[in-house]
Amino acid sequence: MDIRLDGISHSYDTFEVMRDISLDIPAGQIVCIVGPSGCGKSTLLRFIGGLERPQQGRVLQIGAPPEGSLNPLTYIFQDFALLPWRSVAGNVSLVLEDHGIRGAAAKTIIDDVLARTKLTDFARALPKQLSGGMKQRVAIARALAVNPAVMLMDEPLSALDAQTRELLMDDLVDLWSRQPFTAVYVTHNLAEAVRLGHKVVVLSRRPGQIREVVHIDKPLSAREFGDADLDRHQKYLWQLMRDEARAADAELIHV
Amino acid sequence: MSDATVSTSKNAGQNQSADSRAVTFRGGGFAPKPHRWVGFAVFVVLIVLAEWGTRTGWISALTLPRPSDVLDTFLELYDSGLLFKHLGLSLSRLVVGAAIGASVGISVGVLIGLFSYFRSGLVPLVAAIFPIPKIALLPLFVIWFGIGEGSKYALIAFGTFTPTVVATYGAVDNVDRTLIRMGQSFGLSWWSIVRKIVLPGAMPGILSGLRISLAIAIILLVAAEMLGAEFGIGAYILEAGSLYDLERLFVGVVILSLLGVLVSAIIGAIERHLLGWRT
Repeated sequence: MDIRLDGISHSYDTFEVMRDISLDIPAGQIVCIVGPSGCGKSTLLRFIGGLERPQQGRVLQIGAPPEGSLNPLTYIFQDFALLPWRSVAGNVSLVLEDHGIRGAAAKTIIDDVLARTKLTDFARALPKQLSGGMKQRVAIARALAVNPAVMLMDEPLSALDAQTRELLMDDLVDLWSRQPFTAVYVTHNLAEAVRLGHKVVVLSRRPGQIREVVHIDKPLSAREFGDADLDRHQKYLWQLMRDEARAADAELIHV
Repeated sequence: MSDATVSTSKNAGQNQSADSRAVTFRGGGFAPKPHRWVGFAVFVVLIVLAEWGTRTGWISALTLPRPSDVLDTFLELYDSGLLFKHLGLSLSRLVVGAAIGASVGISVGVLIGLFSYFRSGLVPLVAAIFPIPKIALLPLFVIWFGIGEGSKYALIAFGTFTPTVVATYGAVDNVDRTLIRMGQSFGLSWWSIVRKIVLPGAMPGILSGLRISLAIAIILLVAAEMLGAEFGIGAYILEAGSLYDLERLFVGVVILSLLGVLVSAIIGAIERHLLGWRT
């Protein structure tokens, strides 16, 4: 299933946040969206998943979601959004219960996604016992459990420290290599963008518009920490963004 | 960094006096820990003090009854078999009244927390009835619900209701919105979100609200038994009070205190059981 953004514009009252954004998100690819703070990256992600409505333009699903997809558009949040009163397995089970999947059927799915995210030993732990990286792996497991067509990732690694971030990036690359998934990955971290993105969309500062779309052809599994190719891409992206970021930083915040 | 540590430790070993001194500790505190026996000791000290004072005549018998006399009166009450008659009736009034008040209060609180119209319509109403001394309405309840148990249930229920509503909608407001967004993003039904996310998330606030409203229910128990009650702890206290029988008055008061401690302990146990997930 592909996603197409068709001429999306949005403003809050008189405050224009994004202007005429059109973008294709092809199946099986990770599309990273980068941009200075306040350019509407996260808002755009909420439009794609239907948590908010744009004033103009449409978000289109092209083609049917894969067979057995319980929740085609599935988010992974920056702050994990785990229920603190449920165990790791309980948090995954939460999103299955509403689809009537319980008991043995649920257990099969839960065991499978926990194994894929290396959490099998922690099934009964409560979120408060887990580190940030583990919490985000639980959130990824929960997202995998509903067999999404597109994963919408809102700065998923931003709340983690640098080392954990590297580890989780490796995990995400592993997951993708074993079974390619479609994802929209919003981040302000260019290293993440060049490591995980097949396509990096650079937004300008507010009102957010597409500055440029950078394609990175190197296969995900061949990309490594400190890769010279990736550094080149990252430098290029930073050049595109630096002045925008500086100007955005100096802006007054309108709330 | 490590170099600096080495050199200071060497310095400290050789000549401690040469303007090197330990950094003054100024952290700590602001983290009270429970010491169960201290609370118990406070009670014991107060009772021993009262006993000693009344025995030596330092406190006159009119000012404060002697604790041992209060205990004797209590044992008399126990022997007469009336204790459980009083206690049983009062407990049933407390349980029925508080159960009605708390359950209606929690439901209305959740409605206010979730729906704009309920919020706009009911918050001012609750604010208007909160400060009314519920005792003042006892005659009204007697007319509405009769002089029997009905008016007593109603008074206790009404008194428990308002603080529960306020605590509940505050607790619902404080449920992490990102968890609700998460539920929506996974396509959970409205009812699932309320049951699995909103209610458990509001539970800490609801329980701490219940602590207050159940204490109020015990206070109102005495008021409820002012009219048309022959038996009950409240009736017992009021009768003793009108006769200035301080020993019996204190027996009743101590029973109410113990009831309060018991209720608080029960809520504490529920909290430990339900809220183990809190950090």
